[in-house]
Amino acid sequence: MGKLGEAGLAATAGPARTLGMEGECRASQARSWGLPAGGAGRDSPGGDAPLPGSISSSALLQTEVLDLDEDEDDLEVFSKDASLMDMNSFSPLMPTSPLSMINQVKFEDEPDLKDLFITVDEPESHVTTIETFITYRIITKTSRGEFDSSEFEVRRRYQDFLWLKEKLEEAHPTLIIPPLPEKFIVKGMVERFNDDFIETRRKALHKFLNRIADHPTLTFNEDFKIFLTAEAWEFSSHKKQGPGLLSRMGQSVRAVALSMKGVKSRPEEFMEMNNFIEIFSHKINLIDKISQRIYKEEREYLDEMKEYGPIHILWSASEEDLADTLKSVASCIDECCKATEKRMSGLSEALLPVVHEYVLYSEMLMAVMKRRDQIQAELDSKVEALTSKKADTDLLTEEIGKLEDKVECANNALKADWDRWRQNMQNDIKSAFTNMAEENILYYEQSFVASGSFPVSWLFASGGQSTGGSFIFSISPSSEYSGFISFRIYWFDFAVQGTLKSLLQYHSSKTSILWHSAFFMVQLSHLYMTTGKTT
Amino acid sequence: MNFLHMTESNFSLKKIEISVSEAEKRTGRNAMNMQETYTAYLIETRSVEHSDGQSVLTDSLWRRYSEFELLRNYLLVYYPHIVVPPLPEKRAEFVWHKLSADNMDPDFVERRRIGLENFLLRLASHPILCRDKIFYLFLTQEGNWKETVNETGFQLKADSRLKALNATFRVKNPDKRFIELKHYSDELQSVISHLLRVRARVADRLYGVYKVHGNYGRVFSEWSAIEKEMGDGLQSAGHHMDVYASSIDDILEDEEHYADQLKEYLFYAEALRAVCRKHELMQYDLEMAAQDLASKKQQCEELATGTVRTFSLKGMTTKLFGQETPEQREARIKMLEEQIKEGEQQLKSKNLEGREFVKNAWADIERFKEQKNHDLKEALISYAVMQISMCKKGIQVWTNAKECFSKM
Repeated sequence: MGKLGEAGLAATAGPARTLGMEGECRASQARSWGLPAGGAGRDSPGGDAPLPGSISSSALLQTEVLDLDEDEDDLEVFSKDASLMDMNSFSPLMPTSPLSMINQVKFEDEPDLKDLFITVDEPESHVTTIETFITYRIITKTSRGEFDSSEFEVRRRYQDFLWLKEKLEEAHPTLIIPPLPEKFIVKGMVERFNDDFIETRRKALHKFLNRIADHPTLTFNEDFKIFLTAEAWEFSSHKKQGPGLLSRMGQSVRAVALSMKGVKSRPEEFMEMNNFIEIFSHKINLIDKISQRIYKEEREYLDEMKEYGPIHILWSASEEDLADTLKSVASCIDECCKATEKRMSGLSEALLPVVHEYVLYSEMLMAVMKRRDQIQAELDSKVEALTSKKADTDLLTEEIGKLEDKVECANNALKADWDRWRQNMQNDIKSAFTNMAEENILYYEQSFVASGSFPVSWLFASGGQSTGGSFIFSISPSSEYSGFISFRIYWFDFAVQGTLKSLLQYHSSKTSILWHSAFFMVQLSHLYMTTGKTT
Repeated sequence: MNFLHMTESNFSLKKIEISVSEAEKRTGRNAMNMQETYTAYLIETRSVEHSDGQSVLTDSLWRRYSEFELLRNYLLVYYPHIVVPPLPEKRAEFVWHKLSADNMDPDFVERRRIGLENFLLRLASHPILCRDKIFYLFLTQEGNWKETVNETGFQLKADSRLKALNATFRVKNPDKRFIELKHYSDELQSVISHLLRVRARVADRLYGVYKVHGNYGRVFSEWSAIEKEMGDGLQSAGHHMDVYASSIDDILEDEEHYADQLKEYLFYAEALRAVCRKHELMQYDLEMAAQDLASKKQQCEELATGTVRTFSLKGMTTKLFGQETPEQREARIKMLEEQIKEGEQQLKSKNLEGREFVKNAWADIERFKEQKNHDLKEALISYAVMQISMCKKGIQVWTNAKECFSKM
């Protein structure tokens, strides 16, 4: 109990985080301290405004917490929710004020408080007689006391990650579990063991584990710890434990049956949430498609540009006077190619994986909503049973009581996690798009420099003059061609009045172009301007 | 013929302004009395007064593309030693998906209008071609011009393609410079057409990249409706995506003009080859005439000396049917001697013609080379300038977008 003192202080890692999630449960528990078990407030429907209902449910919870060690079996229904209070951490029973809990919630994602560092790397192929599969090395570094050591190294395969995700979903049905990369990519993948595919998956798995580590509740999940630390044999025997296949099937059948009944009345905030999720899902999917398409178009643009540059070199071989100019154009194009490659790799690092993760998140969110609805549906069906049959009222009432608590906890968990998720999403999307914009700016800057270094010095032959870095545009009647107006063009920051069309109709007798530099003071000399249109 | 002071040696843009200012769709009946739609172009000629720089409209008439073709074909026949400026393409080639290949498409018509104006300006600035009467009439005489051209009988004077092809294969000793020029023009044509093809594909891809970004605009706007804090940032960033997507249209339109400049030199390659062909034809003609003369001389010699060194039909028939009489022989020798004299005259004049041709042609080719180097250099520079402008626009749009994103 000595640890309780620490927990009361702000800004310590582990224990504080647990509180963040069930803050409301705890708070109400504290307030209701002293209420008899199964106390008043039964008439309030579960899942409604948390406070009134929580008085009764919290009393129940309180009792359960106190009885935890003796009556674990009875709590099977609740065991998944009870893990909200995480039996494994020294979660303090001391009430803390809601305010300090809110403050602690904010500290979650600050890097200095991180005490669990995970990396996923070194994919390796394993061949057995039955199958071939890839394992990834997972290194965990931690300062947490509940871990036996401060550093762990294990190897896991995709199936193991799937197992972990399922366990987390079981334990926390209404928390937003981070998404796993897809099992297969539908289009464009020839084989599972393609290098790009493996690398993309590795990065996504790394993200997955780190998101769990950052999550205030999930980070203390026991299965998560085992996943990170257990040796191979230990791990596979642990996997075999837990509800058997049949019972799991039974549960899902029940869940389906319940969801078929539909949700009688989803609370307002969850209606809004559901609405948001639907629209968000639609939009993020579109953005995913758009981003992938842009990447594809850029790749094809790059392929064509790679052919474009060398043609100028080829041409320069048959020209004497033009050779230098042609070679310069070729090198500009090559620079552009390099810039494009850089842009593409930037996009595939910063934008595409983030957008795709949120596509998967949106699917996850829909599943979470469903599970929440199921939990509520369970309650609703029992309530209905109560109102219709009068038999076994006491048992039903008791069950309803438990279910109401369950619903309330589920709702609270989801709400808190939802806010956290929204905040993270905003940050992630913002930084992903800001990076995309930055990549594009860099691309254009690089190309700008390449094109701008185009040597124009030999055009100064006649009628030109430079003023310390700025160049002059002059139109002068060329003496060689009595018919032509020829002009020299200068670079770096000029604003074209009229369109470039008029510039390029260089033979037009009505050309009149006024050029000035945006950045430099240009001294126009030897100007010969004909009157006429400027457009 | 001194028709106007305007066509004197100073026929330059300082005195005269030519412009193809408008294009109009017309319908009419063609030679087979069938309805057809065509485009007519308005050609305006202005003379500029020295003193005040004011221009006065002196002529304005409408011409269609086929009349331009007629003018050019006439010039090709009458000035075979000149690299005659080419016309803009008859049908749109090197199209990328946005441009239609339809001759009636307004963008195509507009670019053709510019190309035709360029053609006339090239003619007007050529020291020799600008003095041509038919050219002058093209600018000034609307009705009856076609008849006037045809009356010159230039079609008859044109060398047959077959003759030219034959000469190309059989000529033994053409001027080396023309051989090189032919190779050069082949290379030029092949490299420019390759470049234009790839450019069109690059343009197509670039169009795709820009336009897909426009979709972001729509989706951001829809998404912003459900976001409280991010909404404004998303919405305004979306607007910038739209701006970005639509900026490609102007960029690529400007690039089309660059492509047109290259295309002109693509077609110039053919004009160069035409001059080479004429030289080969003349040279072949000369060689044939020389060969003919040589064989006649030899025949004459054989008849005179009585020795038969070469096979001749006369020799065969004499063997079979008996020798000819001395009178007959004398007559033949006399005829041959006359023919030889004629032949020598012809050979001399052909030689002179050939040398004149080579000299004049080469002068024009040098002029052309300088023009080409100058024009292409400027075109390539303007291309770099376009890229710079595109980069600047890109930097601006994305900087704005980044600001919006960072405010989300």
